[in-house]
Amino acid sequence: MPPADTFDMRRDRRPWLRRLADASEPYLYSAPSLILIIGVMLVPLVVGVSYAFRDIQLLNPFSGGFVGLEHFRELSRDTAFYGALRNTLWWTGASVFLQFIFGLILALLLDKPFWGRGLVQALVFLPWAVPSFLAGLNWAWLFNPVIGPLPHWFFGLGLISEPGNLLSDPQYAMWGPIIANVWWGIPFFAITLLAALQAIPRDLYEAASIDGANWFQRFLSITLPFLAPTIAITILLRTVWISNFADLIVVMTGGGPADRTQIVASYIFTQAFRALDFGYASAIALVLLVLLLAYSMLIILLRQTLLNKD
Amino acid sequence: MKRSVLPTIAHRLAILCYIAFALFPLFWLLKVSVTPNDLLYSEGVRLWPTRTTFEHYAFVLRHSAFPTFFKNSLIVSASTAIAVTICASLSGYALSRFSFRAKYWIVALMLLTQMFPLVMLVAPIFKILSPLGLTNSLTGLIVVYTAFNVPFATFLMQSFFDGIPKDLEEAAMIDGATKFTAFRQIILPLTLPGIAATLGFVFTAAWSELLFALMLINGNDAATFPVGLLTFVSKFSVDFGQMMAAGILALIPAALFFLLIQRYLVQGLTAGAVKG
Repeated sequence: MPPADTFDMRRDRRPWLRRLADASEPYLYSAPSLILIIGVMLVPLVVGVSYAFRDIQLLNPFSGGFVGLEHFRELSRDTAFYGALRNTLWWTGASVFLQFIFGLILALLLDKPFWGRGLVQALVFLPWAVPSFLAGLNWAWLFNPVIGPLPHWFFGLGLISEPGNLLSDPQYAMWGPIIANVWWGIPFFAITLLAALQAIPRDLYEAASIDGANWFQRFLSITLPFLAPTIAITILLRTVWISNFADLIVVMTGGGPADRTQIVASYIFTQAFRALDFGYASAIALVLLVLLLAYSMLIILLRQTLLNKD
Repeated sequence: MKRSVLPTIAHRLAILCYIAFALFPLFWLLKVSVTPNDLLYSEGVRLWPTRTTFEHYAFVLRHSAFPTFFKNSLIVSASTAIAVTICASLSGYALSRFSFRAKYWIVALMLLTQMFPLVMLVAPIFKILSPLGLTNSLTGLIVVYTAFNVPFATFLMQSFFDGIPKDLEEAAMIDGATKFTAFRQIILPLTLPGIAATLGFVFTAAWSELLFALMLINGNDAATFPVGLLTFVSKFSVDFGQMMAAGILALIPAALFFLLIQRYLVQGLTAGAVKG
C-alpha cells in the first residue's frame, strides 16, 4: 500500500481516534493503580475465599482438593477460635475506648492556643510515627522485669505481689498489648478530633459564656453535638481497623500465654505462618470478613438514621 | 486573677503528663541503648546510668546483619514510596478532574480494599508469588506494599488536587498544551507539598510493615528491619543494649519523615480516615 494512501486513511479516522483518546484518558491515568489493586488485592481475595473450601497445606503436596464446608465444621468445634473471638472483643473494646477517651482529652487540651503549642503537638503525636513492631518491642521491654522499670514501679505501688512480667501472667497479659496500643493510637484520635474541634465557630462559646454557661455546660451543649458525627465515624472505623491489627500481639506475646492474648487476626496469621495450613487460615479469615462486613453494614445503617434525623 | 491561674496550671500539668507518657518508652529505649553492659542490671531502674557508652551502636553497625536489614528496608520503603506516589498522582488526578463512567466503581473498589482484613491475603499472596520467584525477594515486597498503599495514597492525592483551581490547566490548554502536559508542567509542581506528604506517609507505612515481611521473607539476605529485629530478639534475647540500639536506629528514618509530614497529618488522616 502506498504511503500517501495510509496518510489519507489516518486523517479520515482522526476525529474518531481523538474521541477514543479523550474517552480513554481517565482510564489511562487510573490504569497503573487499578492493575496493581486488582492483581495484588482483588485476585488474592477471591483466591483466598476459594481456599476456605479447599485443603491447602503448604508442606503437603497431595493437598489442594475441594473439601466443601469441612473447615467451617472444624471451626465450629475449635475452642481456640472461640477464645480468640472473645479476646478480639476485649482487645478491640478496651483499646478503642481508652484511645478515644485519652485522645479526646488531649484534643481538648490542645484546642486553645498557648505558648509552645507547636512543639507540644510534635512531641505528643510522636508515638504515631513509631513503627508498630518497634512500639510492641519497646513496651515488651518495659514490662520485662530484667530490663524495664514498670514491674518494679507496679510492685512499689502495691499493685502486684512480686515484680514479675505482666505479659506472662495469663490473667492480665492482654493488658500489655492494650496499653501499647493505647499509647500508639492516642495521637490518631487526638489529631482527628482536634481537626473537628477547630471547625466549631468560636462565637458560639462567647455567646454561651455571656449567657452564664460554665465550662461543662458549654462542653455538653456545644462541643459534644458538633463533634458527634466525627466521633461516631472515627470510633466505628477504628474498631474495624483495630480488630484486624495483629502486629502488637504477634510481637509482644505471640498470642500466649496459653492463647490468652490470641485475637482472631493473630490466630489467622499463626495458622498460615506456623501451621502452614492455608485452607484453615482462609476459612477463619472468611468468618472474620463476614463479621466485619456485618459490623460495617451496621455503621452505614446507623449513619443513615443519624443523617435522616438532622 | 486567681481564678484564671488555677485552670492554667492544671492545663499545663495535664499536658506534661501526656508528654511524659508519650516520650517515656522512647526515652527508656535510648537509656538502655547507652548503658554499659556491667551497669545494665545493677542500675536497672535508674533513670540515667552513671556512665554512658556507644559500644552497642558500634557493635550493631559493625558486627551484625543490621546494616543489611537497614539497607533492605531503605530500598523497599523508598521504592514503594516512589512507585505509590507515581501511581497515586495519576489515579488521584483522574478522580479529581474527570467524570467518567467507571469512576464510581473505582472509588468503591478502593474503599473495599480498605475494609477487609489484609491478614486474609497472607496465604493467597504467598501461593501466587512463590511460583513467580517473588518470595524471599525485595521486588516481591515492593509490589505487594505498593498495591496495599495505592488506594489510601490515591484519596490523599485527590484531596490535594481538589485544592487546586481548574482554571489553571484550562488556561494552559487554551494556549495549546495537551491535558497531560498541563498536568505535568502546571499541576504537579503546585502539588509538591502533597507529593512530599504522600511520600512520607507511604515510606513510614512500608518501613513499619511486619506480617507480610515475616511471611514472604526467610533468611537474612532479604530481611527488612522489622523481620531482622524480631529474629534477633528471639535468638539472642539477652543482648538488650544491642537490641535497643538497633531499635533506636530503626526509629530514626520514621521520626525524620514524621517531622517532614507533621504539617499534613490532619489533612492526611481526614482523607484516609478509613485507614488510619
